[in-house]
Amino acid sequence: MCSISGIINTDGTPIPGDVIIKSIASMHDRSNGLGGGFAGYGIYPGYKDLYAFHLTFTDPEAKQRTEEVLKNCVMIHKDESIPTEDNPEGAPIFWRYFIEVPEKVQEFEEDFVVDLVMKINSNINGACVISSGKDMGIFKGVGYPEDIGRFYRIDEYSAHMWTAHGRFPTNTHGSWEGAHPFGLLDWSVVHNGEISSYGINRRYIETFGYGLNQGTDTEVVTYLVDMLIRKHKLSFDQAATVLAPPFWDEIERLDDRELVKKLRIIYSSAQLNGPFSIIIGHRNGMVGLNDRTKLRPMTVGRFNGTVMMASEECAIRAVSPDVEEILYPRGGEPVIIDLEEHVTS
Amino acid sequence: MIIDAGSMDSRSLNAAIKGLKHNGSIELNNVNGQRYICVGVSGRKVEINGTPGNDLAAFSSDVDINVNGNAQDGVANTLRSGRIVIHGSVGDVLGYSMQGGNVFVRDNVGYRAGIHMKEYLDNKPVIVIGGNAGDFMGEYMAGGTILLLNLDGNHIGNFIGTGIHAGSIFIRGDFNPYQLGKGVVMVEPDASDLEKLEVYVREFCSRFNLDPDRVMEQGFTKLMPQSSRPYGKLYS
Repeated sequence: MCSISGIINTDGTPIPGDVIIKSIASMHDRSNGLGGGFAGYGIYPGYKDLYAFHLTFTDPEAKQRTEEVLKNCVMIHKDESIPTEDNPEGAPIFWRYFIEVPEKVQEFEEDFVVDLVMKINSNINGACVISSGKDMGIFKGVGYPEDIGRFYRIDEYSAHMWTAHGRFPTNTHGSWEGAHPFGLLDWSVVHNGEISSYGINRRYIETFGYGLNQGTDTEVVTYLVDMLIRKHKLSFDQAATVLAPPFWDEIERLDDRELVKKLRIIYSSAQLNGPFSIIIGHRNGMVGLNDRTKLRPMTVGRFNGTVMMASEECAIRAVSPDVEEILYPRGGEPVIIDLEEHVTS
Repeated sequence: MIIDAGSMDSRSLNAAIKGLKHNGSIELNNVNGQRYICVGVSGRKVEINGTPGNDLAAFSSDVDINVNGNAQDGVANTLRSGRIVIHGSVGDVLGYSMQGGNVFVRDNVGYRAGIHMKEYLDNKPVIVIGGNAGDFMGEYMAGGTILLLNLDGNHIGNFIGTGIHAGSIFIRGDFNPYQLGKGVVMVEPDASDLEKLEVYVREFCSRFNLDPDRVMEQGFTKLMPQSSRPYGKLYS
């Protein structure tokens, strides 16, 4: 079943972490205690020009091996244990690194960071890069989301945007690394549903150099988003068309049918089949998207300068009982909140 | 009897409702997302203030439920009889497998309203929607009646009545034939149809303080199944 929730202040003012915990906790019944997590944007203002790597290690040796790799190729400005309550049994080691990439790779630094993440995740047994963006971080694990939030002391962070997930795993086991959000660079994805085209999508994205380590459908969505938008420079609208394209007869009725047709044909292997509702977070905002036949729920609320997206309306009203506007996006219709647009308009 | 649901989860709220000794009406305040409210309950009058969670009134019979606000997904799931009035909008799969009773929604409904609703003898479910509807309204419909009033004249969903094999859908105002699912036929409502739907329009309007004559001014189109076994030859 799963629950997802996201909140963004379009004027960039910070939102305390307990707000997003309150929202996701209101949908407690949608998850089963096998996964919960949060992504916060704007949480590291003191290090905002550095990549914040959140890592989990199953043992000290994995940590040591990872640090050897890091020290060889980047400059670590600061590293520390991610503050948590007492670690439950089976929990990994949580560590974060604020890193600067060397000057000689700065022209293609994001590619460099992606390669580094793939290298650690694929080659170092027991190490996993949970998030790797600037001024953002992902906190996730095995438990109900509200418990995971307390565990990571999410209430001590403030962010201009949060996303959250409560997990009810159906096709993979519940694990600390396999919980949502999934992240790469400053992308994060929370997802309710199941991508039945996983095999096709995986084989396709692997040919572009992405390594799939968790075996879950959300991981593949994250990498598709990175490729379509960062590498191939598609707009959010176009990327949504690729992931959840209109049906062929519907395309014939569109004004921009030639472009939509091309996107559907060129990126046929990136199309997501099956039920899903996702929230994509990134440095400039948030995008909500449902599968085109809307087999999973999504409600959007607006109040003052804040926008929320969630699996259920109660997750919006838990934060703002008298929310001014409730919207129900159609299947395949992206809800795009772009901070740059808000700033310029 | 007033219950403050503010600090209650789904289980304790439903236990409180079922544990009531008297049969009088109940008012639920500060409801937000609690699921299955009134599940399996029979013969209750309930006023809900707030946003009831998924599967409101599932499997219940002879209930009289009034929601002051929106409701979420799965309202009236397999409802047996009674009446549910929503002063707002609802999410997806309204009236899933509904077997009887009436649901009145003032504003909009999400995807798959009336999916697989059915009728048997005197049990004839009816859904009346004041606003518009998402795609797949009346999907696999097996009986009963859906009235889509579309009072704001918005674009309504596609794939209407996909897989319908019994029952009827009435849509007020215009839409495009391509919006219908396969196997759905459009006909002009006859006198007995109009008589029947006017009764529901009048009840809808009295609940939401609207003028029924103005609603009836605009014409309706009736949608019916082409065949009672649309998938009969799928595998033959």
